[in-house]
Amino acid sequence: MLNRDEDILQAAEAWQKAGHGVALATVVETWGSAPRPAGSSLVINDNGTFLGSVSGGCVEGAVVTEALDVIASGQPKMLEFGVADETAWNVGLSCGGTIRVFVEKVGQS
Amino acid sequence: MKLQTLSEVNIERAARRPVVVITDTANGDQRLVKAKDIATDPLRAELSKQLRMGKSGMIEAGGKKLFLNVYAPTARLVIVGAVHISQALAPLARSLDYDVTVVDPRTAFASPERFPDVPLIAEWPDVALPPLNVDHYTAFVAVTHDPKIDDPALLHAFARDCFYIGALGSRKTHAKRAERLKAQGASDADIARIHAPIGLNIGAVSPSEIAVSIMAEITAELRLPKETAKEQAA
Repeated sequence: MLNRDEDILQAAEAWQKAGHGVALATVVETWGSAPRPAGSSLVINDNGTFLGSVSGGCVEGAVVTEALDVIASGQPKMLEFGVADETAWNVGLSCGGTIRVFVEKVGQS
Repeated sequence: MKLQTLSEVNIERAARRPVVVITDTANGDQRLVKAKDIATDPLRAELSKQLRMGKSGMIEAGGKKLFLNVYAPTARLVIVGAVHISQALAPLARSLDYDVTVVDPRTAFASPERFPDVPLIAEWPDVALPPLNVDHYTAFVAVTHDPKIDDPALLHAFARDCFYIGALGSRKTHAKRAERLKAQGASDADIARIHAPIGLNIGAVSPSEIAVSIMAEITAELRLPKETAKEQAA
């Protein structure tokens, strides 16, 4: 199984060593009813393959898209999702909470 | 995150040592603090608080917003007693992401046929337990019903500060067990740490249902705020 945080970070290391571009997205702050606590992470490689989660499946698609940008640019990004956000019509948390997700490239110097 | 930082996180976790990664979210600057270095770190107060709660979170320090990501070791379950309940408990605990080990010196019980895919140690607790490095991130259950096996196992669990200790047996059985353990040097505080009768009271009857009640109790111990934590917060 590849659902534990431990396994997810090992997969990130293995992907990076195999020559993939890899990004790590981590929930850093939550407000209200958020599906996953701070520290939850999602790892993404340059094929768009991902493991783990930062929400109950609500915003993963958007995080993966942003992560591919971060892999390309090497610059970390802070993302925010929630019903108060203007983008809530497109991607938001149906549970009513707000989360901030930090996305960084693995292997940046 | 630097590849080296990620590798170090993975190494520390594989060795069951807690580690904290501190990230300046404004620019991505990062550093890793191993458990042994927390006491001498400038952020030792914040680090030890987050680690004690087992929670990641943002803090403000020196005008910076820092994210403290706490990587606590994976919870582990040591089951002493390869009995019928354990056959239900081991796979259930694994589905809850616990690393599971079963210990029972009775080879008729501790057989691979009864426990496919579960690490089994068919030795007495004094031989089997020390190499397991039982620690604070371990839940420990003694379910053999045999004092010769359960008692030394429980004494080991006290010494290793397991976050959950449970033992099978009625109140009457448990009262006798408490007397025996005290005679072997256990304190009242040690005895008070044992969950007995084991498991939440959900009217469990079958081995599988008892396994559910045990894992529910372990989950509550792991996740619910402790009384002291509540008092501090108040």
